[in-house]
Amino acid sequence: MTALTDDTLPVTARAMRDEMIVFVFMALALAAVPFTGIYPFFVMQALCFALLACAFNLLIGYGGLLSFGHAMFLGTAGYCSAHALKVWALPPELGILAGVAAAFVLSIVTGYISIRRQGIYFSMITLALSQLLYFIYLQAPFTHGEDGIQGIPQGHLFGIFDLSKPTVLYYVVLVGFLAGFLLIYRIINSPFGEVLKSIRENEQRAISLGYRTDQYKLLAFILSGTLAGFAGSLKVFVAQNASLTDVHWSMSGEVVLMTLVGGLGTIFGPVAGAFVIIAMQQYLASYGQWVTVIQGAIFVICVLTFRRGVVGEIAHYFRRSL
Amino acid sequence: MQALYAQLLVGLINGSFYALLSLGLAVIFGMLNIINFAHGALYMMGAFVAYFLLNNDYLSIGYWPALIIAPIVVGIFGMILERTMLQWLTGLDHLYGLLLTFGMALIIQGVFQNYFGSSGLPYAIPDQLKGGMNLGFMFLPIYRGWVVVFSLVVCLATWFLIEKTQLGAYLRAATENPTLVRAFGINVPRMITLTYGLGVGLAALAGVLSAPINQVRPLMGADLIIVVFAVVVIGGMGSIMGSIITGFALGVIEGLTKYFYPEASNTVVFVLMVLVLLVKPTGLTGRAA
Amino acid sequence: MKTRSIASFLLGTALSLTAVSAACAQDKTVKIGALSDQSGLYADLGGPGSTLAAQMAVEDSGLAAKGWKIDIISGDHQNKPDIGTAIARQWFDVDKVDVIVDVPNSGVALAVNNVVKEKNGVYINSGAATSDLTNAQCSPNTVHWTYDTYMLAHTTGQALVKAGGDTWFFLTADYAFGAALERDTTAVVLANGGKVVSGVKHPLNTPDFSSFLLQAQSSKAKVIGLANAGGDTTNTIKQAAEFGIAKGSQKLAALLLFLTDVKALGLETAQGLNFTETFYWDMNDQTRAFSKRFAAKMKNGAPPTMVQAGVYSGLRHYFKALEALGGNPHDGVKVVEKMKSMPTEDDLFGKGEIQPNGRTIHNAYLFEVKKPSESKAPWDFYKLVGTVPGDQAFTPLSESKCALLKK
Repeated sequence: MTALTDDTLPVTARAMRDEMIVFVFMALALAAVPFTGIYPFFVMQALCFALLACAFNLLIGYGGLLSFGHAMFLGTAGYCSAHALKVWALPPELGILAGVAAAFVLSIVTGYISIRRQGIYFSMITLALSQLLYFIYLQAPFTHGEDGIQGIPQGHLFGIFDLSKPTVLYYVVLVGFLAGFLLIYRIINSPFGEVLKSIRENEQRAISLGYRTDQYKLLAFILSGTLAGFAGSLKVFVAQNASLTDVHWSMSGEVVLMTLVGGLGTIFGPVAGAFVIIAMQQYLASYGQWVTVIQGAIFVICVLTFRRGVVGEIAHYFRRSL
Repeated sequence: MQALYAQLLVGLINGSFYALLSLGLAVIFGMLNIINFAHGALYMMGAFVAYFLLNNDYLSIGYWPALIIAPIVVGIFGMILERTMLQWLTGLDHLYGLLLTFGMALIIQGVFQNYFGSSGLPYAIPDQLKGGMNLGFMFLPIYRGWVVVFSLVVCLATWFLIEKTQLGAYLRAATENPTLVRAFGINVPRMITLTYGLGVGLAALAGVLSAPINQVRPLMGADLIIVVFAVVVIGGMGSIMGSIITGFALGVIEGLTKYFYPEASNTVVFVLMVLVLLVKPTGLTGRAA
Repeated sequence: MKTRSIASFLLGTALSLTAVSAACAQDKTVKIGALSDQSGLYADLGGPGSTLAAQMAVEDSGLAAKGWKIDIISGDHQNKPDIGTAIARQWFDVDKVDVIVDVPNSGVALAVNNVVKEKNGVYINSGAATSDLTNAQCSPNTVHWTYDTYMLAHTTGQALVKAGGDTWFFLTADYAFGAALERDTTAVVLANGGKVVSGVKHPLNTPDFSSFLLQAQSSKAKVIGLANAGGDTTNTIKQAAEFGIAKGSQKLAALLLFLTDVKALGLETAQGLNFTETFYWDMNDQTRAFSKRFAAKMKNGAPPTMVQAGVYSGLRHYFKALEALGGNPHDGVKVVEKMKSMPTEDDLFGKGEIQPNGRTIHNAYLFEVKKPSESKAPWDFYKLVGTVPGDQAFTPLSESKCALLKK
């Protein structure tokens, strides 16, 4: 059995240096967006999804667990943040906290249930759990069913930053994204991340070495779910609504697609993948359901010919770690 | 009490679809070791093939031939998919099979949505099965009774084929040890292709059966497949009989929920899945995965 | 001699005035965004047909000949509020759209409502059912043209109770929209002396209604009210026929049903259904003439649905307001105020008015689906059963919670 990813390159100082250079370049490019005339709303949206994909990638790329239900964290955090902001009139920072906390709790519960099975079963269980939540949110009064929560006030972050100004909001979202990204990067390169990778490569061996792999997997699941929730909370400020779309299984599928296109188990892959997929949706929006067909085709092509993803292929070509 | 009997019977009808679909998934999983995410899309294709056969001006082939033709057509389509795509995944992580079939499902559903929109197309109940019987405690539309009986027969026939015949023996052997079976001069790749065709054909058959009950819609399989996944997790894919029984049983439980607490009838299967996982993580009949 | 000089003087002044007004910021460009579900559940009742309706509205207005430049762009919100708001935002920010029309799907419609208000555009909604658009969430930039849940529930409910259907069983989709329909209909049934025996909530997108229908059957209620929409409604109706409900003594009342749904069901199954719409292609000579032109341009030759008709007549009224203003001020609130100040009148919906909360008031019609033997032409589906004047069909202003009314 071949593992999902094959970046067995050791973490060397050179790899770290490469990654930092790319990171700085990415951060600068993103920081320059408001001066380029690119429509910032689009980039903000892509950033939220990029963070979501990075969180998802933590689980699949480094833990070998394919979650087909990551939309549940995105949507749960979104709904809770939206409710906190609109109904309880909390300030933005507490609204985000409410959403992240909800995703944290949810990820403990769902993680405990789903890591009881491995491989394909794990994927099916996460999918079923997210569908369960979808139906709950559909019927729960506070989500307003199909109408969703609308017209969410953006407010002032820490009482200073006026989030209704697009440029301010853009930088806040960017800082949130970069913080989340660095946290994930730190986790991957920590001893915890190394154990996680060893479980992915060979769980039996990790068990025999004395690691309680279930606990590692649960922790990875919780980290991933909570960070996905953070992305969901940020997204509330960008979209100013929270709706069932974010909990639907097709959203979980899109996250998988983004990560697959960018490169499973690469650090920058999910970001690149998110931008590619969001841009594609944006420019092909007028083609309606053909977008679904194209997404499906990308899935098929990626799996058949392009399993390393865009970033993974580049990294492989230059024999670098990205 | 009478209403309760009626609900039980109605539950069996849904159970028939769960059983047929999870049976197909189990057959495919046994041989190919992949979970066929495209199963729902192929179920939908079965219904659409029946619809085309009937509404094509040159053919206008009715329900009864469609019951045989549609599974064959979709089965062949499935075998082409297996030959052109799925077989390239041999030796890779099983998750790639899930991703690939998910992509195929998106393509198939998207194409049908583009050509037929999302609203349903009507498909009439065949004349011979129109009307209903008064059973004393309920009015049973004959067609629904037929669905239960027929799918039970198909499920048992499939079980017999796999567990009790020579061909089935090869199949089970190839699942356990493909190299050894190949050494006996049996063409394993061809068996895999045929198995996929069989599993997909069962899905298409379920599609034709459901066409007169539900409308023929491009997304008719998309949500159903997730419920069937939960059924599969509950039952485990270890045994053919196991998936048949779980399918019918969950249909009945869902029917009861509709009677006692209808608000939860959408979620009851998922909640059961959670409970089963907490008590017996391997599923009711499954081997440890 | 004298008269002539006066005439020429007047003419000259008039000419110079026009020249001045043209030069003075009398901008005559308009950009219309037709935002709809182009390929999903609502594509048949809105979708490409709504874009066509918008084009026909532009052509029929004759504004191009008067020096106006009007463009239409269309977008697909895919029934996702996210995508809908993203498109709307981009239309206002980048494409400089003035007015957004159609927008079926209540969730998307309400989300877009907020964007239009924020960007001070004009929003003529035809496709969405939610009465919140002109009630709790009303906006000075919004006109809700064609129909809403209150009107549907009210008209159908009242008519059926008066016709003797005084005991009701509700089959309700278990989410906000279904609950609103059931609530509004229940109120009408009770007000007219009927009573609600019981009901059952079913999950959204249920493929199988048999157990719910069995409960409806055993309730012995005279009317089974379907407080659901789209595929759920058509599936219920179809399966009700299978269980012999339609042929029994119970009557089905679909609270939200469109021409395209009847087409999908087929007359054999749909015959005898009662429901409400505000437009039907075969009402009179004007609607027939319009529908004939419309159908000739449609891919499948379908006549307009009430949503598509609403896009057309909503835009026609918008153009009248712009003409009265003499140009496009690119100020949503101002244009909508002008629209509200003028009575509405056109070939498709007849006479009406726009209330201060943005609700367009016009007649509502109660229809019954014909028997297959009564249908003479491919889209000949409805029999007119009753007409309810607009002021009785829609939410009375006294009951509206719209903040715009509290001035």
